Amino acid sequence: MGAKQWQSLEAALGWVGCACANALASLQTVEHGFPNQPSALAFDPELRIMAIGTRSGAVKIYGAPGVEFTGLHRDAATVTQMHFLPGQGRLLTLLDDSSLHLWEVVHHNGCAHLEEALHHQPPSRPGFDGASGLPSLARITVVLLVAAGDLAALGTEGGSVFFLDVPTLTLLEGQTLGPDEVLRSVPDDYRCGKALGPVESLQGHLRDPTKILIGYSRGLLVIWNRAARCADRIFLGNQQLESVCWERSGRTLVSSHSDGSYAVWATDAGDSPTTQPTVATTPYGPFPCKAISKILWRNCASGEHFIVFSGGMPRASYGDRHCVSVLQAETLVTLDFTSRVIDFFTVHSTRPEDDFDEPQALAVLLEEELVVLDLQTPGWPAVPAPYLAPLHSSAITCSAHVANVPAKLWARIVSAGEQQNPQPASGASSWPITGGRNLAQEPTQRGLLLTGHEDGTVRFWDASGVALRPLYKLSTAGLFQTDCEHADSLAQAAEDDWPPFRKVGCFDPYSDDPRLGVQKVALCKYTAQMVVAGTAGQVLVLELSDEPSDQAVGVASVDLLQDREGFTWKGHERLSPRTGPLPWPAGFQPRALVQCLPPAAVTAVTLHAEWGLVAFGTSHGFGLFDYLRRSPVLARCTLHPNDSLAMEGPLSRVKSLKKSLRQSFRRIRKSRVSGKKRLTAGSKEANAQLAEQASPHDVEVTPVQRRIEPRSADDSLSGVVRCLYFADTFLRDAAHHGPTMWAGTNSGSVFAYALEVPAAAANSDRRPERAVEAVLGKEVQLMHRAPVVAVAVLDGRGRPLPEPYEASRDLAQAPDMQGGHAVLIASEEQFKVFTLPKVSAKTKFKLTAHEGCRVRKVALATFASVACEDYAETCLACLTNLGDVHVFSVPGLRPQVHYACIRKEDISGIASCVFTRHGQGFYLISPSEFERFSLSARNITEPLCSLDISWPRDAMRARPRESPKLSQANGTPGVVLGPQSRGGSPDPTRSEGADTPEPPEATLSPTSVDSATSADTTLDTTGDVTVEDVKDFLG
Amino acid sequence: MNRSHRHGAGSGCLGTMEVKSKFGAEFRRFSLERSKPGKFEEFYGLLQHVHKIPNVDVLVGYADIHGDLLPINNDDNYHKAVSTANPLLRIFIQKKEEADYSAFGTDTLIKKKNVLTNVLRPDNHRKKPHIVISMPQDFRPVSSIIDVDILPETHRRVRLYKYGTEKPLGFYIRDGSSVRVTPHGLEKVPGIFISRLVPGGLAQSTGLLAVNDEVLEVNGIEVSGKSLDQVTDMMIANSRNLIITVRPANQRNNVIRNSRTSGSSGQSTDNSLPGYPQQIEPSFEPEDEDSDEDDIIIEDNGVPQQIPKAVRNTESLESLTQIELSFESGQNGFIPSNEVSLAPLASGTNAEFETRAPDQKLLEEDGTIITL
Repeated sequence: MGAKQWQSLEAALGWVGCACANALASLQTVEHGFPNQPSALAFDPELRIMAIGTRSGAVKIYGAPGVEFTGLHRDAATVTQMHFLPGQGRLLTLLDDSSLHLWEVVHHNGCAHLEEALHHQPPSRPGFDGASGLPSLARITVVLLVAAGDLAALGTEGGSVFFLDVPTLTLLEGQTLGPDEVLRSVPDDYRCGKALGPVESLQGHLRDPTKILIGYSRGLLVIWNRAARCADRIFLGNQQLESVCWERSGRTLVSSHSDGSYAVWATDAGDSPTTQPTVATTPYGPFPCKAISKILWRNCASGEHFIVFSGGMPRASYGDRHCVSVLQAETLVTLDFTSRVIDFFTVHSTRPEDDFDEPQALAVLLEEELVVLDLQTPGWPAVPAPYLAPLHSSAITCSAHVANVPAKLWARIVSAGEQQNPQPASGASSWPITGGRNLAQEPTQRGLLLTGHEDGTVRFWDASGVALRPLYKLSTAGLFQTDCEHADSLAQAAEDDWPPFRKVGCFDPYSDDPRLGVQKVALCKYTAQMVVAGTAGQVLVLELSDEPSDQAVGVASVDLLQDREGFTWKGHERLSPRTGPLPWPAGFQPRALVQCLPPAAVTAVTLHAEWGLVAFGTSHGFGLFDYLRRSPVLARCTLHPNDSLAMEGPLSRVKSLKKSLRQSFRRIRKSRVSGKKRLTAGSKEANAQLAEQASPHDVEVTPVQRRIEPRSADDSLSGVVRCLYFADTFLRDAAHHGPTMWAGTNSGSVFAYALEVPAAAANSDRRPERAVEAVLGKEVQLMHRAPVVAVAVLDGRGRPLPEPYEASRDLAQAPDMQGGHAVLIASEEQFKVFTLPKVSAKTKFKLTAHEGCRVRKVALATFASVACEDYAETCLACLTNLGDVHVFSVPGLRPQVHYACIRKEDISGIASCVFTRHGQGFYLISPSEFERFSLSARNITEPLCSLDISWPRDAMRARPRESPKLSQANGTPGVVLGPQSRGGSPDPTRSEGADTPEPPEATLSPTSVDSATSADTTLDTTGDVTVEDVKDFLG
Repeated sequence: MNRSHRHGAGSGCLGTMEVKSKFGAEFRRFSLERSKPGKFEEFYGLLQHVHKIPNVDVLVGYADIHGDLLPINNDDNYHKAVSTANPLLRIFIQKKEEADYSAFGTDTLIKKKNVLTNVLRPDNHRKKPHIVISMPQDFRPVSSIIDVDILPETHRRVRLYKYGTEKPLGFYIRDGSSVRVTPHGLEKVPGIFISRLVPGGLAQSTGLLAVNDEVLEVNGIEVSGKSLDQVTDMMIANSRNLIITVRPANQRNNVIRNSRTSGSSGQSTDNSLPGYPQQIEPSFEPEDEDSDEDDIIIEDNGVPQQIPKAVRNTESLESLTQIELSFESGQNGFIPSNEVSLAPLASGTNAEFETRAPDQKLLEEDGTIITL
């Protein structure tokens, strides 16, 4: 009773006071996926953590799953090099503006965070070291940490080597080694007036920190003794140098060269200077080869050392391949990747007392993914990565989130995924990067993120925690006959056995057929049924099966045009399904296929497993399909007769710039889809269109100028179905509720159908003989004609109706069927709540009229209070075209709070946003990364982890701490929360007691919503609203 | 209206048109040939005949598709009334001596409840006698200058009545910068300006807006700090009842308000039409008496139990009357009940709606009229 009163009080007061502060908080919490445009890689063998730097200046450190740290350099410059100070949790980064940055993992209240501790910007060319008169620190080419990381040697383009005190990031003057000094020890005939070129490589000796191996671009290798300031040994290489590796004993050097060769040099034999290497080979010769950009030499107790190198492919035949070669004795494998190799490292022993490296794993960072190979298992299999998954292995076309996945379904999906990718039996091949401890609690509920891809696949990701883990991949392509088959590439691979290519990695951005692209996905978590809808109007109903099966799929087609005249579809053909029984592996197997006619992309889909119905919509109309009986129930055309664009009728002479531009783009796109005659027909037509706009009729004097005109019924694409929704509610009268279906269109129309769903027999999911019936119940035309983004029915208590089966299986509170229901219609411009069954406006909020922003995504989310364990409120979360997230109370539609979330220029980020049921959300910050944000203070998924770091914490501590940046890689500004303010709660679910973390109001500073509220206060005084709104057409 | 062609058959025959005429509390129904409506004089005589008021001078009005009560006093507006009537033509007759002119004009049947009751019960609302200067009731306002008394002289607040007119709003806005006088001297600040007026558009025809006028507010919300796109969206969202506060580029035509301060009522400076006192809000507030109430809702009224429920829900006879009237008005292109199918759909894809027989609908209508 008490709680109920409180709730009504909250509602009445519009969240004045504590609930607002406690339940809502907004921030980006963690990034999932693969960092966009990686540029540097580092590995700390002691802590077993790995760092990836990106071209936008982001630094990400990964350890065991769940251990993640993120930092962002102040300048969005490319991170060119990164070096861990071994065991210290510190990282030295070099940007392409030649600035050096020292990052530290620091602990606050047991949780570790990455912070920038120091940075050093070397002065530009003139006057840097005027005293010593040495060449300036023009551009640093290589960095080497020596003496346990206290000292760094910096090789430069000018050929000098500078020394830097790392703890203070200050240059040690007077220790600089210029090229002249080195040249003095070189014989005259080698010198011959030529410069040594930039320093290409600096290598340290594992056991003797005074020795440094310096490799110059010209080919000269010098073992420099720092203590004695003299060259111990000199190797007079004449081939342009790319990289050098010093074997752990120090007796062997291997150098790689720009002509695709590598040379092995012995350090303890012969005279100094050495002129000839002991071995020099061109592994992929004899024809000209590309440079070997990096080479590693790792020895083993077995005596058969590993040589790992990137590049070196024959220039003419395979010069375009991205390859890393692994050579051990007679075994050579050419790892063939689909994207550029950035860097690679081996995980091996680095203890000085060991005699052998014994490499366990090879990690290769590519432009689009990270691949780890197990070098201890014969065949060097790839190790599945528990995180850093390339989300974009095929471009993401849609995404959906399923919260609170039942354990049973979870286990079935995981098992289906394991059958797809059989795990290697041996336990040895586990993920080698295991540093840090994950302090986050086991997630209380399982969250599933579904991503639909361009190639017709749907990927299932474990989104419960910080590490986004791939679970299962569903491919729908097998159901259709596509233009091109994979066979040719396989055949090609088979015919050449030299070089011994091996395809590695899963990044494959090439789609066989764009029509396969997945547009919408919906999953019923209780029945394990799902619907996948695609670009060519295909709607596929699937069901999870634990056994493989052979079966034919029933195909139905639904004509959404009905008998509309004058329409010709000029787009792609529909996909032709394969006939006959098809083999389906365990996992989601198709039960029914519906093909929309015309085969336009599906724009909305919804599934009601309890009723066995799936509703789908395209730009032409919507349909309802009974997949138990496999029969279509309803098809309704939503095209406006005046919409010449959608109707593809003759083009009208007078049309707006917007319209014709849209038209031309559509044509271009369409011609691209149809593929063949892109250049001839499509672009000519488009050019003609553009030329037409240039006519004086529509010439705009000012470039940025906006036309002010209300939407009219004839606007193009008004028939696009934007949302579909099933609800058990009161549509006909207040006494009887029943199944209903709602559809909203781009032109502000909402159609509500009353459904007659015969009850299924008790123990069978087969429908009895009677068919489902649909009767148009209501039609609402919003006067402002803005696209309808979402429709939801609220029960008597103002809460959204539970999902199918949720109430009947006691998983959610049963909806209140006593009080009057209401329907919330969210358009791009405003939210309105209408009463049911008599549709009259109850409350509304005109977002666009007040704020000038438009609604892009909405979701009803439950916000649990931090202060009170069992108190939760449902709110409407809304993302606008400006990238702000607004939260409104339901059903009062009062603005609660709003935050800047996504940059407004980041259109794809805004378009990709999905909200979860518990106030979190995901959006793409790059093609390969999801940013996770949380509007709820209770429900936060963020990295909580610690590192066992050991380094002398002396005077460093007293240094003033610079403000950390915890923003994401591509610089989306937003609510940035310093780690300190959250550090107090390693356990986000802990909520009781005096040590409840302070809600981070200060740092968040949600914008005041007062101004917006005041304008609409009159709305809730229902008196005149109801009278004026009543349009009751009851007979 | 897009549905009309599909359901045209339901709204009566194409040739004839139903007329429902109301005088006092009495209704008369008859039909007219849609193609040959005849002259206004004949129609006037017909009305006098069917209402049995042969020698009474009356004002004839009709409800147009937007629910506005508009006069019929010549052939032109008579033909307009006949051609736009859908599905039936609703005629309201008032005695000339009792006529309430304020009833005519914009949105009268939808919004102004009191106005509506004036029409329905001319005898209970006789408080304000009207000064009839000309015949403004024959016209519909397209724009007005409002809040002259509270705005600085350099500003102008213009209200555009897009609603109910066929003309486009017809203007464009752009980014620009203006010079403001601040405590720190002159400052250049970004602003939004009108960049173009479409010839023949509403904005141009009012003469109240001009190119290079700076837009300061849209429906009471300041535009400073908002982007061009935001302001565009705000204007479009408010386009049915757009109130723009501008600083005109040409400051020479400003209202001189010295007379106003001397206590004159100042109506002369007010451009809006007399007869709409309730629309000149002394203090402007961004209240929406505009579009949203006009969302068209078509309900499935096939369940007969709803009729008693409707009676129960309506508190007074008056509101019931109102509901009934708006039902019959056919406003906003609403097509009554036969839009909605009661017939169960076949399981096939070709869902066809079975339309109800028109006579059934008539019966229902007559039934509710009896409850009046």
